[in-house]
Amino acid sequence: MIRGFFILLAFELVGEVAARGLALPAPGPVIGLALLVIVLSLYRRSRPFDEEALAASDLGQAARGLLAVLPLLFVPAGVGVVQYLSLLREQALALAVALVVSTAATLLATVGVFLLVKRLTGAKGAA
Amino acid sequence: MTPFHLWVYLQTTPLFWLTATLAAFLVADALAKAAGRRPIVNHVLIAIALLGGLLKLTGTDYQTYFNGAQFVHFLLGPATVALGVPIYANFALVRRNFWPLAASLLVGAVVAVASAVLVARALGAPRAVLIAIAPKSVTAAVAMAVTEALGGAPPLTAVLVIATGILGAIIVTPLMDALGVSDYAARGFAVGLASHGIGTAGAFAVDPVAGVFAGLAMGLNAIVTPAVIPALLPWLLG
Repeated sequence: MIRGFFILLAFELVGEVAARGLALPAPGPVIGLALLVIVLSLYRRSRPFDEEALAASDLGQAARGLLAVLPLLFVPAGVGVVQYLSLLREQALALAVALVVSTAATLLATVGVFLLVKRLTGAKGAA
Repeated sequence: MTPFHLWVYLQTTPLFWLTATLAAFLVADALAKAAGRRPIVNHVLIAIALLGGLLKLTGTDYQTYFNGAQFVHFLLGPATVALGVPIYANFALVRRNFWPLAASLLVGAVVAVASAVLVARALGAPRAVLIAIAPKSVTAAVAMAVTEALGGAPPLTAVLVIATGILGAIIVTPLMDALGVSDYAARGFAVGLASHGIGTAGAFAVDPVAGVFAGLAMGLNAIVTPAVIPALLPWLLG
């Protein structure tokens, strides 16, 4: 568990250093996430492991523990909205319209392109 | 110690606001559970409202609150990295459906950012709001980090992200049924991309294949949108 947590913190740290050192526009934890996916892919080539082994590993356990409480983790930042209540009130209509239009447009664009390209490439179904 | 002095002490100690954060979350989660976990009764939103109300009631400023709550907030960074584990575990699905996933992921991510920013801009929203709304389809941890990196207001993003999640989870089923889309992989992928974890939870309730593809879309979009936004935003802000 401690080793798993160490791996997560180490990747976050490397991501932060890379983001600042190389002036990358993406946030440090997101770079750490991408690096973790890449390193897992490379690691599997030298030492094959399956999904169960990953889930049972120190890393898998630490990740599962944190992700189980993920909704709690954005509460403290979310409470910061008390500082923006007047801005939210002023912009309520613009925000509501933008969110509804954008969410519908995103759903339609994603599902449309998915089905079109699936038909064009003849990809096999879900399984 | 008089009750007043006791309160003065409590109000400034990190222990009190840390405990209050967990208490508010437990109450909110119990309410959401009692409501059958319908997307409209969102536990994170309720917890934020409870704590915001408590701050106002007690005249506490946000900085004092955050001194305590930062211990929870800190875990958001490693938790974001931890998203890499389920994303990696789903890679076999990516290989089997590579082109439909890659194409719809890229188009969906661009549409999600561009449509939100352009509509809000057309309705006169200020720059701070446009930055905050840009990553609204990405999972909250990543979206707030993106906003912070752009010098925007992460709390605004948190609220917009949750609202987007609720909206997508509510409209996806009637919308897809009306269009006659019966491919649950495509439906799930769309709602996970547009509405992250809240959409994914809704997708699992409809169909297991939809749920898996929704989770996959949420994970992939957490990587793609942070890369797309810095390139797209200067152009969208005009």
